Amino acid sequence: MRRGIAATALVATLALAATACGGDDKDAAGEAKAGGELSGTVTWWDTSNDAEKASFQKLAEAFTAKHPKVTVKYVNVPYGDAQNKVKNAFSSGSDAPDVIRADVGWVADFASLGYLDEVPAETAKKVDAEFLSQAAASGKYEGKTYAVPQVIDTLGLFYNKKMLADAGVQPPKTLEELKTAAAAIKEKTGKAGLYLRGDDSYWFLPLIYGEGGDLVDAKSKTVTVDNEAGVKAFKTARDLVTSGAAITNATDGWNNMQTAFKTGQAAMMINGPWAVADSYAGDQFKDKANLGIAAVPAGSVKAGAPQGGHDLAVYAGSKNTAAAHAFVEYMTSQEVQVQSAKELSLLPTRTAAYDQPDVKSSEMVQFFKPAVDKAVERAWIPENGSLFEPLKVEYTKAITGASSPEDAAKAAGVEFRKILKGWK
Amino acid sequence: MAADTSQSVAKAAGDDVETDVAARGRSRRTDSNPTERGGKSASGLRRALATHWYAWAMVAPVVLVLGVIIGWPLVRGIYLSLTDANERNVSRTIGVRHIEATYEFVGLDNYVAVLSDPVFLQRLVWTVVWTVACVSITFTLGLVLANMLNRDFRGRAAYRMALILPWAVPGFVSVFAWRFLFNRDNGILNKILDGGGIAAIPWLDDPTWAKFSVVAVNVWLGVPFMMVALLGGLQSIPGELYEAAEMDGASAWQRFRHITLPGLRAVSMTVILLSTIWTFNMFPVIFLLTRGGPGDSTEILVTQAFREAFVSSPRDFAGSATWGVLILALLMIFALVYRRSLRKQGEVW
Repeated sequence: MRRGIAATALVATLALAATACGGDDKDAAGEAKAGGELSGTVTWWDTSNDAEKASFQKLAEAFTAKHPKVTVKYVNVPYGDAQNKVKNAFSSGSDAPDVIRADVGWVADFASLGYLDEVPAETAKKVDAEFLSQAAASGKYEGKTYAVPQVIDTLGLFYNKKMLADAGVQPPKTLEELKTAAAAIKEKTGKAGLYLRGDDSYWFLPLIYGEGGDLVDAKSKTVTVDNEAGVKAFKTARDLVTSGAAITNATDGWNNMQTAFKTGQAAMMINGPWAVADSYAGDQFKDKANLGIAAVPAGSVKAGAPQGGHDLAVYAGSKNTAAAHAFVEYMTSQEVQVQSAKELSLLPTRTAAYDQPDVKSSEMVQFFKPAVDKAVERAWIPENGSLFEPLKVEYTKAITGASSPEDAAKAAGVEFRKILKGWK
Repeated sequence: MAADTSQSVAKAAGDDVETDVAARGRSRRTDSNPTERGGKSASGLRRALATHWYAWAMVAPVVLVLGVIIGWPLVRGIYLSLTDANERNVSRTIGVRHIEATYEFVGLDNYVAVLSDPVFLQRLVWTVVWTVACVSITFTLGLVLANMLNRDFRGRAAYRMALILPWAVPGFVSVFAWRFLFNRDNGILNKILDGGGIAAIPWLDDPTWAKFSVVAVNVWLGVPFMMVALLGGLQSIPGELYEAAEMDGASAWQRFRHITLPGLRAVSMTVILLSTIWTFNMFPVIFLLTRGGPGDSTEILVTQAFREAFVSSPRDFAGSATWGVLILALLMIFALVYRRSLRKQGEVW
């Protein structure tokens, strides 16, 4: 009798092992899906803004339609605090999210600290084949894929068509044209030409790219923010404000910028696709057709805007990595991306999504796609995100006149070299 | 008279190091056991233990808890400031994976680095200015309000409630409310000024105005505490003193100068010390109102320490601990100097 049980157990074990092997050979993820075996809770920390979050929450919770046993716990973390919060949670391990929406600048940082789980090989292959190449690049660190791009973006010049028409000016293509246009707008309408965000150094990037510069050159490990082009960029920022072409704030920039633009206090602003949904909510854009978008104005060398966006990544310490990866795959799937493009004018990262009618018909997406193709790819180094804080201090000082453009550029260089040890 | 005495004692203390040491040694013993003022030897200590064993037993749990929640982090912080610990080399647990610490002991390198950086001096100067401004304004306002509320008049309780209200509201709520008021383009303060025909003030956008703004908010938050403490002090001054002074024909100012101020001395010395320490380390007001900005013009030592630890990547734990230890050292030096100067004035505590 006893022997009989042992024999049965042995056979059963062998049989199980055999099926398990078979499953592995075919497609582990696929089988899991087919069997509906995924279960548990996936906590997702989303950093999208107030205008976007309801839409993302709905999309995220719809995941349960595909996997009824998985509960999605949606948490919105304000973008400004997110990098810190995520790091605190990841390093302590308790109450850490399973999936995070990471700014493209954070992925290398988190990956280098060992916080991210590598994307399954199958998905990584898809990322290489089916996604925009510059978006895919942002999810990689040292040749491995740690994150799947969810949205891609860049900055553009948002303008109030009616205000520009009233002042009789065309959307400016260069900063020189912008100044003339701003003067005309001020004269005709009494409002400001441009709102230039002064409390966030991301908005400084088009100015430095416009002068042919960059923050750093990762290939030669050189800090370039304080070279000639950098100094010129700080000068340009200051000049836009002192010449009266632009208004700015040193605090609460996002709210002040959106308010100024939505209420017609400023005719133009530099912003990304994530601001479209919120802008439509304003008085000036009840008629959506009044919102126009153009490429960022060129500096003395070229017009350049940074490539940004958000990737989804899985925490290495997640207790439920299988479900978490499936969730990431779902949130970056074509249908979800098309949906967020339709509702929020966000740009998909999948090449094929741009052929979908909903995406094609979105004017914002149609504008931003070519802009993204030309966007300046940032150095995907772990320190990428931390460069913005010291840069912000100096950018704000320069734009408010608390420090000269030369001093600001020099000080930014000093701070950068403290962060990037051993760089020239 | 008082000034004369204090000077001579100061001179004596300065001339004679031994007196100084003796004074400090005595004070320490006084601290650990106030009743054993005369105890000079180990036997005294043993006697104290035998007599007051129940007091020690009562105190023990508190000492234990304080040791765990304050002592241990303190020791750990001091240790970290002597290493090169950062986010990449400290031990951490990621799910089931445990990564061992690999940081090394570097001696006083961090202190040399911080103290030789001009940033430290800049922050220190502003921190001192900020502390002195906040404490002196808060104290003066608190004293005035306490005096006004110490009279009998109709609706006194209501006024007291209203003045204590800022204290009841959670700090961050107040600070955020102020942030809305200060907003240059859409804030209420500028709307009011605009109504009066005055140009908008860049409250948080201009370094000088931003400094003014953070001080104003901190004063607003700090006045209720000062007022309540001083009001308590005022009420403990016997009314007979005022009556006698009035009989002698002392003016209101003379009564204030010679009865109220000396009567409040013990209370005010304590609240000034507390307030100084709190203000010196007042992280939330600065961080939530301006984030140290515009630029870095309102950054004080603690917000700088936060920046070191949590903003750049990898996070520099050793650097931050160094700032923390330096801040603690500065405050301890201040408290010692303050206490000695009080002692010279004849204040005993």
